[in-house]
Amino acid sequence: MKNNRILTMAQAISEGIAQEMTRDSNVFVMGEDIGSYGGIFGATGGLLEKFGKERIMDTPISETAFIGAATGAAAAGFRPIVELMFVDFFGVCMDQIYNHLAKNTYMSGGHIKLPVVLTTAIGGGYSDAAQHSQCLYGTFAHMPGIKVVVPSNAYDAKGLMIQAIRDDNPVMFMYHKGIMGLPWMAFLEGSSNAVPEESYCIPFGVANVVKEGSDVTIVTISQMVQKAVLAADELAKQSIHAEVLDLRTLVPLDVAAILKSVRKTGRLLIADEDYLGFGLSGEIAAIIAENLDSVQLKAPVKRLAVPNVPIPYSRPLEQFAIPQVQNIVLAVQELLVKKPALQAVA
Amino acid sequence: MQVGKEKLLWMYEKMVEIRHYEETMAAVYMEGKLPPAIQKGLAFDIGAGPVPGEMHLAAGQEPVAVGICAHLTNDDTVVGTHRPHHFAIAKGVPLDPMTAEMFGKVTGLGKGKGGHMHLFDNAHKFSCSGIIGASMPIACGAALAAKKLGKNWVAIAFFGEGAANQGSFHESMNLAAMWKLPVIFVCEDNQWAISVPKSKATSIEWVADRAAGYGIPGIRVPENDALQVYEAVAPAIARARRGEGPSLIEIKTDRYFGHFQGDPETYRPKDEVAQLRESDPIPRLAKMLKEKNMLSDIEAADIAVTVHQRVKNAFDFARHSAYPNAHDALNDVFVEDSKNARALV
Repeated sequence: MKNNRILTMAQAISEGIAQEMTRDSNVFVMGEDIGSYGGIFGATGGLLEKFGKERIMDTPISETAFIGAATGAAAAGFRPIVELMFVDFFGVCMDQIYNHLAKNTYMSGGHIKLPVVLTTAIGGGYSDAAQHSQCLYGTFAHMPGIKVVVPSNAYDAKGLMIQAIRDDNPVMFMYHKGIMGLPWMAFLEGSSNAVPEESYCIPFGVANVVKEGSDVTIVTISQMVQKAVLAADELAKQSIHAEVLDLRTLVPLDVAAILKSVRKTGRLLIADEDYLGFGLSGEIAAIIAENLDSVQLKAPVKRLAVPNVPIPYSRPLEQFAIPQVQNIVLAVQELLVKKPALQAVA
Repeated sequence: MQVGKEKLLWMYEKMVEIRHYEETMAAVYMEGKLPPAIQKGLAFDIGAGPVPGEMHLAAGQEPVAVGICAHLTNDDTVVGTHRPHHFAIAKGVPLDPMTAEMFGKVTGLGKGKGGHMHLFDNAHKFSCSGIIGASMPIACGAALAAKKLGKNWVAIAFFGEGAANQGSFHESMNLAAMWKLPVIFVCEDNQWAISVPKSKATSIEWVADRAAGYGIPGIRVPENDALQVYEAVAPAIARARRGEGPSLIEIKTDRYFGHFQGDPETYRPKDEVAQLRESDPIPRLAKMLKEKNMLSDIEAADIAVTVHQRVKNAFDFARHSAYPNAHDALNDVFVEDSKNARALV
C-alpha cells in the first residue's frame, strides 16, 4: 500500500462519498447541514466545494419530506445519500424509512430498486442525554428491508461506504460520533487509521477479526470495537488472550465468523452499546444457543450493553450506563473463572 | 379552454372502466366472506375469499383520476393512496397484473406481496401507499429526479383531505416550494376521513387555501366533474413543466362506497350516497358529450361493452393465475445483485 495516510473516520467517509460521486453522476447527497457545514459530524466535509449545491443539497428540517424524496428519486434511477443527523431523530420520519424505503422493494415483488444510503450518527459518551446518544442499530436490524452497516474505523468506513453506495438496496450507514475523529469531541484513537487513496469496497456480511485470541471471543461493533481492543491489550498483560470480532454489518450478519471464533475459544462476551433487551446481544446469544450441538462452551455467554434505561445525562450516570473498557476487562475475567455452561450428568 | 374530442372520450371511457372495475371488485370481494362459508358467529370475514384483506374502492371519485391523468404522459409519475385503483387505471397500469395482485397471485404486479394498497408499476411510473400522507414526499423525489435529469416531467401526489392534516403535507409542500419541484399536490376531498367528516378535523373549509402558506398557487375545484378538473389543473401542470414549481389542487369529490368494503357506515347519513349519486359524474359527462355530438348512444354502448370485456378479462386472468409458492415469501426483501456489486452502465 503506497498511501498510508492516517485519516479520521469522518474524512474517510467523505472521501468515499466523493470518489463515488465522481464515478457516478447519479449519486447525490441530501440532509440538514451537510453543505457548507460539511455535516454536523463531518461525514460530508468538503463535498459542497467539490460538487456544488445541485448535488450536495442542504434541506429544510423536514426528515419525512427529504427521506421520502430519496425513495422517490431512487425509484427513478438516482442513488441518493441522505443524512438523518442523529439516529435518535428517526421518530419524526420512521414511516418513510420503515414503511416505504424498507418495504417497497418487497411489496413490489422485487421490481423496485431503492439504492439509498441513509447515513446517521449514533452513540453516546459525551453527555448529550437520552435524545441524542442512542445507537439503535438493533432497532433497524430488527426490521427487514434495510442493510445495516456500522463501521468501527476509518479504513472500514471508506470501503463500506463505497460498497453501500453501489448496493442496489437501502443501506443504513451508522457512524458513532465518538470515533469520527472530530476536533471537538474526544474519540478513541484506534478509529483513525491508514486509508488508501484509491477507491475500494469492503463486502457486507464479512466480520473482521481485529485481534486474534484463544481464550475468549468478544463479539462487538462500532465504537465498542475500539474499547474491546483496549480491553484485550490490558487482558494480554494478564496472559488472557481475547479475540475481538468486529461484525462491521448487522444486516447481513456474518454468523459463520461468530460460530468459528466461539468454537475456537469456547467463551463469548458480547460487548454492545445498544440497549440490552431484545437486541444485538440477545441475537448473538441466540445464535450460539441454536448451535450448541457444535459449539462447546466453557462458560455461559455473557452480555454487556446499556441496561434498559434511557441514556442519562450526568457524567457518572452515563459512564455507568454505557459499557466501558474496564467493564469489558472485568467481564472477560469473570468468564474465565466461570464453570462450563453444560456439564455432563454424572 | 378548448378540450379536444379525443381527450374527452378518453376521460369518459376511463371513468366507465374505473366504475365498472370497482363495482366488479365490490361483488367479487364479498365472495366467501359471508355466512355460512365462514366461521360460525361471524357476520363477515375480512381475510376470507379470493380477494382477502382490506378493500378501499373509489367509485364516485373517477373525475379526480381522469381529469389529472388526461394531462400526463408515460414519463410523468403518479403516487396514489390506499384507495388507488382509479389512479392506477387512469395512469395506464394494465388491469391484468393489477387485478392478479389483489388476488395474491404470482402474476400480480408485486407477485402477490403487496395487495391492493401497494401497487407498483415501474413501466407506467405508478406507485401507491397504504399510509395516509405518504404519497407527497415520494412524489417530491420523483419530481426531484425529473428536475435533475433536465426533463419537463411532472409528478402527481394524490392524497385525501384527511392527509392534509399530516406533517408530511406541510414538509413536502415547503420542500417542493423551496426547490421548485415539478410536483402537483392533488387533494381528493371526499369529505370523509374514514368516519370523521372534514368539518370535524380540518381547520379551514378549503385545503387549497393552505397553498398561500407555502407561496404556491392553490386551486379549488368545487365540483366532482372530470372536465372541470381537467381545465382547473392545466395551469398547474404547465407551471410545473416550465420549471416554476409546485401547485396545490383540491377537488371536491364523492365516495360512493364505505371507507372499506364491509364498513357499516353508521357514521354517515343514510340517504347521503343516494343524493351524491344524483350528480354522478359519468352520466354527466355522457350527457355533455352527446349534446356536443361527440358521442352517440351506440358509441356509448360500444364503450360499455369494450370496457366490460376488459374488466372481465382481468378478473378471469387473476382467478386463473397461480398462487406463489409459499417459500417465495422469503424472496425479494432485497433486490438481487451480484454480491452487492453493481456494474456501471
